[in-house]
Amino acid sequence: MFFTQVLNGLQLGSIYALVALGYTMVYGIILLLNFAHGDIIMVGAYVSWLVMAQLGLPPVLAIILSVAACTLMGVLIDKVAYAPLRNAPRLSILITAIGVSYFLENGAQLVFGADAKVVPAYTELTTVQLGGLSLSFPSILTVLVTAVATVALTVVVQKTKLGKAMRAVSEDMGAARLMGINVNTTISFTFAVGSALAGIGAVLYAMAYTQATPTMGMMLGTKAFVAAVLGGIGSIPGAVVGGLLVGFAEVFVTAIGLSVWKDAVVFLLLIIVLVVRPTGIFGRTMSEKV
Amino acid sequence: MFENVSRRNFLQVSAAGVAILGLAGCNGGGSEGGSEGGEGGSGSIKVGIMGPHTGDNSSYGLACLNGAQLYFKQLNADGGVNGKQIEAIVYDEKGDATEAVNAYNRLVQEDGVTGIVGDVTTGPTIAVAQASVADNMPCVTPSATAADVVTYGSNYFRACVTDPEQGRVMANFAAEQGYKSVATLYLNGSDYSEGVNDAFVEEAEAQGITITAQESYSEGDVDFNTQLTNIINTNPDAILVPNYYQDDGMIVTQARAQGYDKVFLGVDGWSGIYGGSENYADAADLHDCYYCCAFSSSNDSEVAAQFIEDYEAEYGETPTNFCALGYDAAMVLANGLAAAEEAGFGAGSEDYKQAVIDGIAGGTVEGVTGSISYEGTGDPIKSSLIITFAEDGTEETFEVLEA
Amino acid sequence: MEEEVMTEKRPIISAGGGPRLEGADRKSLPMPARYAINAVVVLVLLVLGELMIDGGVVNRYQSTVLEQVGIYIILAVSLNIATGYLGQLPLGHAGFMSMGAYGCSIFIIRMSEALGVGARDFVTGSPLALALVLGGLVVGGICAAIAGIIIGIPALRLKGDYLAIITLAFAEIIRVVMLNIDDVVGFDLTGGAAGLTGIPGYSSFLLVFGCVAVVCFLTHTMMKSRHGRAILAIRDNEIAAEASGVNTTYYKTLAFVVSAFFAGVAGGLYAGCVGVLQPAVFGFMKSIEILVMVVLGGMGSMLGSALSATVLTILPEALRAFSEYRMIAYAIVLILVMIFRPQGLLGSYDFSLSRIIERVMNRDFPWSRSKGTAEGKEAADA
Repeated sequence: MFFTQVLNGLQLGSIYALVALGYTMVYGIILLLNFAHGDIIMVGAYVSWLVMAQLGLPPVLAIILSVAACTLMGVLIDKVAYAPLRNAPRLSILITAIGVSYFLENGAQLVFGADAKVVPAYTELTTVQLGGLSLSFPSILTVLVTAVATVALTVVVQKTKLGKAMRAVSEDMGAARLMGINVNTTISFTFAVGSALAGIGAVLYAMAYTQATPTMGMMLGTKAFVAAVLGGIGSIPGAVVGGLLVGFAEVFVTAIGLSVWKDAVVFLLLIIVLVVRPTGIFGRTMSEKV
Repeated sequence: MFENVSRRNFLQVSAAGVAILGLAGCNGGGSEGGSEGGEGGSGSIKVGIMGPHTGDNSSYGLACLNGAQLYFKQLNADGGVNGKQIEAIVYDEKGDATEAVNAYNRLVQEDGVTGIVGDVTTGPTIAVAQASVADNMPCVTPSATAADVVTYGSNYFRACVTDPEQGRVMANFAAEQGYKSVATLYLNGSDYSEGVNDAFVEEAEAQGITITAQESYSEGDVDFNTQLTNIINTNPDAILVPNYYQDDGMIVTQARAQGYDKVFLGVDGWSGIYGGSENYADAADLHDCYYCCAFSSSNDSEVAAQFIEDYEAEYGETPTNFCALGYDAAMVLANGLAAAEEAGFGAGSEDYKQAVIDGIAGGTVEGVTGSISYEGTGDPIKSSLIITFAEDGTEETFEVLEA
Repeated sequence: MEEEVMTEKRPIISAGGGPRLEGADRKSLPMPARYAINAVVVLVLLVLGELMIDGGVVNRYQSTVLEQVGIYIILAVSLNIATGYLGQLPLGHAGFMSMGAYGCSIFIIRMSEALGVGARDFVTGSPLALALVLGGLVVGGICAAIAGIIIGIPALRLKGDYLAIITLAFAEIIRVVMLNIDDVVGFDLTGGAAGLTGIPGYSSFLLVFGCVAVVCFLTHTMMKSRHGRAILAIRDNEIAAEASGVNTTYYKTLAFVVSAFFAGVAGGLYAGCVGVLQPAVFGFMKSIEILVMVVLGGMGSMLGSALSATVLTILPEALRAFSEYRMIAYAIVLILVMIFRPQGLLGSYDFSLSRIIERVMNRDFPWSRSKGTAEGKEAADA
């Protein structure tokens, strides 16, 4: 039982981590709390449903289209809603992000209805045997994919030219522009990568929990944001550690029979961390200039 | 172009926009409040139908609405009540108590209805019930199951059985089936789920069943593995899952994936888990699942079969439990209206309203969810079905529990 | 037109226009006269409204909607203190509202049992019942204010997004506590998920709009005072304000707590208007609804908050046919306003009756702009 609960925590934490990575990247580069990030996952789940349940196409296509749709969605949202506000006060962009999130949720409700849609199984494989233990396949896959995505993302950010540009823009947007970096392309690329991760998250989510609802992104997004802040927003390992922390905290609280207080505990954890160490576990301290 | 729009320009444009919207609203409001069921006019009886038709609970509200409208339509085609057509006025309250009170006040004050079918979910219904006592307005809720909905005045009735009643039915069922130990998994924060759970636990313990675990989850949760791991570890004979079909579907699927192959018990929220618009669980996972409900599309009684046929002809989909309850609530109200019309009181007078209430309280209707009568309270005396699933996922009536 | 666009800029003090064009011969109203005029106008409006309700010109449906308009005005005006004047973005206003709603209604239910006040007394308005209701509203406000202090002190050390998310988190915690507190304390306090029912219908047009007047007056005077200027200074530049000797922590907490207190009063009125409280009502969506009102009306404009609260409460009632599209329209409006007019419809303009009277006294009309007054008018309008 202990081992099963650990795996439960790992799976939940991995999904939070994957979503938190998207938050962390966007926040790292334009200091925007992208409220709509959770809802991009909702879009991905609905695309999977459309492709498989409505059009009857194979799962591989559903995965590709979901990730593509999320990527496109992320870039589009940035271009339409956030780009005009690049120099506006932070408050304006934050409210816009809330507006976008609200728009996606209510739009989905209008188009698909409030009832949950069931995403068909991507694979027949439900359990794998490992040394006499029967493990849930979606759990194993989720943990593995998250690990691979994190490594890949770290490589992209640290080793590639675009990654270097991203770090430069995040350090100082004005100076980066002076150095000849195309800031808008870099920001679009960041949104694309973050949203693609959300797309992968959507597929893994739909594989494990099979249902798509208009508001599924809200709690998931909020918890993932908590994870990103816990780990230190802007930090890739921070997002992963934060995600796992939130996942394990939820599973632990539930496992000892206090599941009604689960959400409260997660948010309390956030408040405590923010009060004690506002930059999170791996965050850098930033001094403010007048 | 983005930064500098002056306040004056902005105000001019917005004023024009508001004016246009306002005009559109007058037209829209006029047509929406119009008759839904008949030609209206002086020879008509106005009734209100309210419920959440948009928002998170809209699937339940729309189902009740469809059922009620179908009944009024059929009634009008048969000549209406006392030769008068029923004119149904429909308001959406979005699942919000404030909006529900507004919709209620509007129905009573502006539209002058003589009876209301609604509300659908518990919170708004309690708000409406408290407001309606002063008017002595006859109301029939299709589906608000919380115990105190009908306790504020004698004017509120319901077509469904209460949460505690459903909990007791399932506890008795568990005892009959000889389950020695049962665990529960309910939705924290839902009056429905908690109400059933509490009544079930109380009754089951009285019957000598051991409750091995009471786990809960929160609104919006999708991962039940942790709770299920805990529950399965206590090795119960059955698990009670008193909630709506979407959550129930996920819980059953995840539990089966963890290797649990024993019994699931449910209540009427399970209706629609399989064979409706979506299949929320695999047919293969639905073995040994039993839930109590007032209506099932598998029901082969004559009234129910006719209703299913009519409903499918009207809306092109299979009716759910909520559709049937909406239909029956409309029937209960129409029965009361018929009594008041016979007595010949002027529409809308205090005597008329009291006559409707007396008519409902004293009458018996043969609804599609069984025979409904009242014994001094707003709670119906009616039969329940225990429903289970065949191998291909279709529902089967396992047992009929007479009132 | 073009020049006007260019001259528009953020005023230094937004809670009402300051004096302008300090010509020696400009006539002005003395302060007591200003207060008297405004008080009389408010009283006349209140009495007129009450007479119309009593006379049956306004039916119960319309008066209930009016009560809700008043409740949302208080909520919007109170959130405006934290958002418009202090420049922070709390996303947990519904949490404060629920603290006030539960605090007020539990107080009233318990006390009326103890004192033997029946539900009828609240409708007829016996002195004891009235005292109980006013007491309840204050208790509600205090409950919310305590919650404001508890969250404000840690939250206000953070800024911007962190504050937004921490207030959101706190509102969620309040909701979970309201749901489950009964199991912890062992007796019926909030009624849990089933909700708190049997709250007497004590909210009336007079009570709600009396509260609106008091809240607006207190907010206005606070913002015109030394304390208000300190709060505005923090919004405009926190570091500069601190360097100028403003105790930023104190004033941030003050604005936050006052905002929470008024939200609690609004919550108490809401409880009396609807008669049933369920924790699920006070979720994130409710906070956003209030935020939309403030943002749309103009952050920093009390008139803007009140106007958009009125429009956004009445419009959905008038346009029930479009209710499906309402939420989507909210979202689009929010995005468009942020892109094209980030300061909201009215910006930080506020209405002042005395200013208009003074203008009439000085024959200073928009159409008769002489050389000297034109410039001053531009600045005042901005």
